[in-house]
Amino acid sequence: MAKRIDVSGLSAFYGTHRAIDDISMTVEPRSVTAFIGPSGCGKSTFLRTLNRMHEVTPGGRVEGKVMLDDENLYGSSVDPVTVRRTVGMVFQRPNPFPTMSIYDNVAAGLRLNGVRKKGELDSIVEKSLKGANLWNEVKDRLNKPGSGLSGGQQQRLCIARAIAVEPQVLLMDEPCSALDPISTLAIEDLIGELKTRFTIVIVTHNMQQAARVSDRTAFFNLAGVGQPGKLIEIDDTERIFSNPSVQATEDYISGRFG
Amino acid sequence: MSHSISDAKPAAAGAPAATRLASRRLPRWSPLAIAVGAIVVGVAIGAGFGLKSHLQWGLIALILFVGGSYAITAQVEGRRQAKDRVATSLIWASFILAVIPLYSLVQTTISKGVKVLDGTFLTHSMNNVLTIEPGGGVYHAIIGTLEQVAIATVIAAPIGILTAVYLVEYGRGTLAKWVTFFVDVMTGVPSIVAGLFILSLWFVALGKAPASGFAGSLALAILMLPVVVRSTEEMLKLVPNELREASLALGVPKWRTITKVVIPTALGGITTGVMLAIARIAGESAPIALLVFGSNMINTNPFSGPQSSLPYYIYQQYGNGNDPSYARAWGAALVLIAFVMILNLVARGIARWKAPKR
Amino acid sequence: MTTVETPPTAPPRKAATVTRPGDRIFSGLSRGAGILLLVVMAAIAVFLTVRAVSAISKDHGNFLTTFEWTPSLNPPVFGIAVLAYGTVVSSIIAMLIAVPISLGIALFITHYAPRRLGGIIAYVIDLLAAVPSIVYGLWGALFLVPHLKGLNLWLDDYLSWTVIFHKSDPNSAARSLLTVGILLAIMILPIITNVSREVINQVPKMHQEAALALGATRWEVIRLSVLPFARSGVISASMLGLGRALGETMAVATVLSASPVLSAHILDPVGGTFSQNIVAKFGEADEFGRDALIASGLVLFVITLLVNGAARLIIARRKEYSGANA
Repeated sequence: MAKRIDVSGLSAFYGTHRAIDDISMTVEPRSVTAFIGPSGCGKSTFLRTLNRMHEVTPGGRVEGKVMLDDENLYGSSVDPVTVRRTVGMVFQRPNPFPTMSIYDNVAAGLRLNGVRKKGELDSIVEKSLKGANLWNEVKDRLNKPGSGLSGGQQQRLCIARAIAVEPQVLLMDEPCSALDPISTLAIEDLIGELKTRFTIVIVTHNMQQAARVSDRTAFFNLAGVGQPGKLIEIDDTERIFSNPSVQATEDYISGRFG
Repeated sequence: MSHSISDAKPAAAGAPAATRLASRRLPRWSPLAIAVGAIVVGVAIGAGFGLKSHLQWGLIALILFVGGSYAITAQVEGRRQAKDRVATSLIWASFILAVIPLYSLVQTTISKGVKVLDGTFLTHSMNNVLTIEPGGGVYHAIIGTLEQVAIATVIAAPIGILTAVYLVEYGRGTLAKWVTFFVDVMTGVPSIVAGLFILSLWFVALGKAPASGFAGSLALAILMLPVVVRSTEEMLKLVPNELREASLALGVPKWRTITKVVIPTALGGITTGVMLAIARIAGESAPIALLVFGSNMINTNPFSGPQSSLPYYIYQQYGNGNDPSYARAWGAALVLIAFVMILNLVARGIARWKAPKR
Repeated sequence: MTTVETPPTAPPRKAATVTRPGDRIFSGLSRGAGILLLVVMAAIAVFLTVRAVSAISKDHGNFLTTFEWTPSLNPPVFGIAVLAYGTVVSSIIAMLIAVPISLGIALFITHYAPRRLGGIIAYVIDLLAAVPSIVYGLWGALFLVPHLKGLNLWLDDYLSWTVIFHKSDPNSAARSLLTVGILLAIMILPIITNVSREVINQVPKMHQEAALALGATRWEVIRLSVLPFARSGVISASMLGLGRALGETMAVATVLSASPVLSAHILDPVGGTFSQNIVAKFGEADEFGRDALIASGLVLFVITLLVNGAARLIIARRKEYSGANA
């Protein structure tokens, strides 16, 4: 259920502006990879190139290759819709569909893919909500609007919605930045459980979080305002936080800038 | 919603897991190719079966295009993509369908209007001009429109702006709720009803029918009022609260804060709103028909005697039912559209020019 | 008109312990303006009702069911059946055509057209909303009517069996309720498009990205996250358009060849609408005839009030139900 991501020579643009430059890295299956770096370094942009969401932004354009096992996401015969179905995403602010019930939110992706049978939907919805550690809190109000939940619950609902379609990879763009510490902890625990089934990539501005949840950490930086973001290094999380091989990484982690 | 599932046994994944990303896709030029094919077949069927109406040809081609692209896409890319493609073509079709009449309207007005539009047309009235002959002009109608609209603005703009100030700066309780509600209701009052109201007002108050530009102005003011209130309200709401607080904190009384800080800040937007409202009422003809009656002569006094106005002039000329009158109607329509468009463009210009300073 | 008596001042907030004269006058003025607006609305209702009641009481026909409009006869006979029918039918036709197409154009501008083109189209449609209705009327009568003759005959040829699309006299001009409906549709298209577009533009990007990230196609994104969010706004836009269509005078008066016939055949050049009837009959009417027309205007006024009220109710309820706060 999980695949390896192999990025080579990837650059992303907004119009003529080069937002990230020549990034190559490998993301291992069934592991958590964290992206850290100062704001504006392009880590979120890079994340969005991994499920072809970047090109949705007006003027968004990508060069380079992203291999999911042996297939290029940007291959000419690849439909971005299929890519996004295979590579799920959770956003910075929880975004359940406001007009839908909790149940319908989780079922939305399944219905798109033609799952219509009530029994089948019921069981996948339950399984996904359990997978997102939300089942016990919402099982009695599945037909209430998702917007009535707390921020942390909403975010777990979004995770349930994303994993319901059984993606190969789960991308998370600062999933806890809008949440309180307790909700954050719940999500972090959940990430630990999910990595047994999915390849997870998480962008975070919180270094403790990166240290807590990830197996590998990638540090991004930019030379200055208006310059493209670059990948400085990627290594085992333990090594990045104890003995990074690049000085800039150490400066950033020890709080000397950023 | 009840759920019979009690144990958490892993459900058989309903959606077949797409193990391959690459799928068969139609080339980019395929919609064009399908369109060309549909038109060719549509024309062939139309001509072959001797269908006389070109509308039918087009209809057949359209059905072939929508059906064909659905079938082909469903075959190659799948049903979801096919639905997406049909939605895309329907949305494009609705756009094209709407552009044709709107373009024709503007194009017809301009091409027919310029034929009569000249110096004489703009500077002469219809006095002593036989309707079946060419000649004459819209001078009296322009005067009428300008005067009536000016009076309506003088009445409606201050009341409208003050009402908006009340709603934004003072209004809290029941009264404000009622005013808000009735501003909405007033927006929906048909122009003919506003005309009838003034008419009955005249009957009750003076015991006779009105026949003056002023009566028309009152009806126009009623139509203008809610538009001014709405737009001014929006603009006042955009003024940041910090500005008000800063001024109040300096010990400036509230009314001075409103007149010296709030309104000047929003002035660009308020002006735009008033001008758009003017543009709207300048084209109203129904109340003029009931209250001002129209006239062929120049009458510069809006308080006595019938006047004309541009929209009503168009209606009258159309009603004459002969070609020289139609020509004059088109000419006046062009003048009216030009007037309204210039107001609109200037208003938008002001809005854009003022916008970055917010 | 601008003289506004200062009502007894009640300080708007408790905090204002000292009310300066300036404050008192200014708040009084602005309050007075608001009250004046209410007074005007009340006056419209009262004056129309007074004149209408006096006219209806002398009506020897049934005001609601009589077809003819002959208040000058002795005894006077007039009724609104034909007018109400024509107003409702032409507005329904207009809505059936204009709402889907407007929604289509709004979506085209926001989601389908290239960005720059979308902006230009939005601006042009915005301007077209300002074209006066009399110009639509002129164009409708001199251009649209002859050009719709073909469509009329075609509908009669193939859909005559539906009764609705039966044309009694194939040679008659297309000055029918159908033509009126089409013209009204073209007229209210810009306004419905504009308001819908603004509402659709306000749909938060994050909901659309949520749908995209689930692997939704463009149409599915619209169905999942755009339309549910924009529904109440589109409904209120449509109601705005409906209000215009119901009350439109000149565009109908120039196009329709009116006669007191209530017919299911919408291709036949017969029928009438409230406002068309008012301008058409006004010139020849004496004082009593005008009161009769005022009575029909009152009915139109009530109908538009109901439509507006309904629109507001729908929006209010929708907001509660969806729990969506923008």
